[in-house]
Amino acid sequence: MTTDVDLPTAVSQQFPSATPRPSLDCPAFNVPAGDVLAVLQYLRDTQACDFLMDVTAIDWSAEASPRFTVVWHLYSSTKHNYVRVAAACESNVEPAMPSAVVLWAGADWHEREVYDMFGIKFTGHPDLRRILMWDAYPYFPLRKEFPLAGLPAEMSDADINAEIGVGVISAPMAGGPFVATPGEPMSDAEPRAKDEAWNEKKEKPE
Amino acid sequence: MVTASPEVTYNSKIEGDITVTRADAAINWLRTNSMWPMPMGLACCAIELMATASSRFDIARFGAEVMRFSPRQSDCMIVAGTVTYKMAPVVRRIYDQMAAPKWVIAMGACASSGGMYRSYATLQGVDRIIPVDVYVSGCPPRPEALLDALMKLQSKVRSEPALKKQFTAA
Ligand code: SF4
Repeated sequence: MTTDVDLPTAVSQQFPSATPRPSLDCPAFNVPAGDVLAVLQYLRDTQACDFLMDVTAIDWSAEASPRFTVVWHLYSSTKHNYVRVAAACESNVEPAMPSAVVLWAGADWHEREVYDMFGIKFTGHPDLRRILMWDAYPYFPLRKEFPLAGLPAEMSDADINAEIGVGVISAPMAGGPFVATPGEPMSDAEPRAKDEAWNEKKEKPE
Repeated sequence: MVTASPEVTYNSKIEGDITVTRADAAINWLRTNSMWPMPMGLACCAIELMATASSRFDIARFGAEVMRFSPRQSDCMIVAGTVTYKMAPVVRRIYDQMAAPKWVIAMGACASSGGMYRSYATLQGVDRIIPVDVYVSGCPPRPEALLDALMKLQSKVRSEPALKKQFTAA
């Protein structure tokens, strides 16, 4: 990966509101939500960042403000460099962001995914529906307050919900999620030490 | 009743190629040896299902090589892979469309129990929506394990009363 040394200066000259964002790899900027389309368009047209690689978002936690940040990754197919642009959503309750579909048609599905997982509404998006979960799913699963195991909900088919009772149930976590925790002795830190599945050695408590 | 007279006992010269048996045994013999699978290949386990169907493992030896993509023509649904909650109603609909008698093999950890996907998006075992006859452990199970499951299912079918009312999912 090559970094374009001129790009950060060019962007900060063009957009005084864009501030550098700490980054270990490519140039990165924090941009106010109102300027983000102009910055993206400038990067696409003037800096040859013609490929929108990814649109994603960060939920900093239910208490944080601003809570949601949307992140765009751009790539230049001629200069072979990457740029990251981030913008915080103004509202923590009903987060919204201008849609980049006007600049890249490929932003369509990325933004639908961000909407599906975080509930960030992209204003100006032609068809903002869920893309991974079904349309009537009531939660936004990648928000911090949403448990990994899930919450009870109805599945998409009413007949089948009626047939099986509760559709979506919380998954049994059995001591998970199984990630090693730093600082503990290995025997306690390893995922297998946290397994709460009942077996011969560990009887199910009555 | 056996008598000494050759005229009264079974005479193959007169009767031709006739075998006398019970209806159960005959019907179950047909069912076990032409169990057409409905391949529900939903994730990585489907690759092993394909391997089972192809020449090295050759599920055709058990009469189950005719993978039918129409539920109307299949007898045994092989759920091979992770069933998401979004896909689950579809799996159930396809099961409902299969003509009885019908059986289900839950292939692999995901289909049997949700596997490693302890998450909001994954159905925790396909037996929550359809009745499962044989569970196969493994992530993914080897083709031999699937063949073993098929043989177990065949021996189950062989011992069932052929004309009993087929159960539906509770
Ligand atoms: S059991 Fe393993 S191999 Fe099979 S679908 Fe699940 S993750 Fe894939």
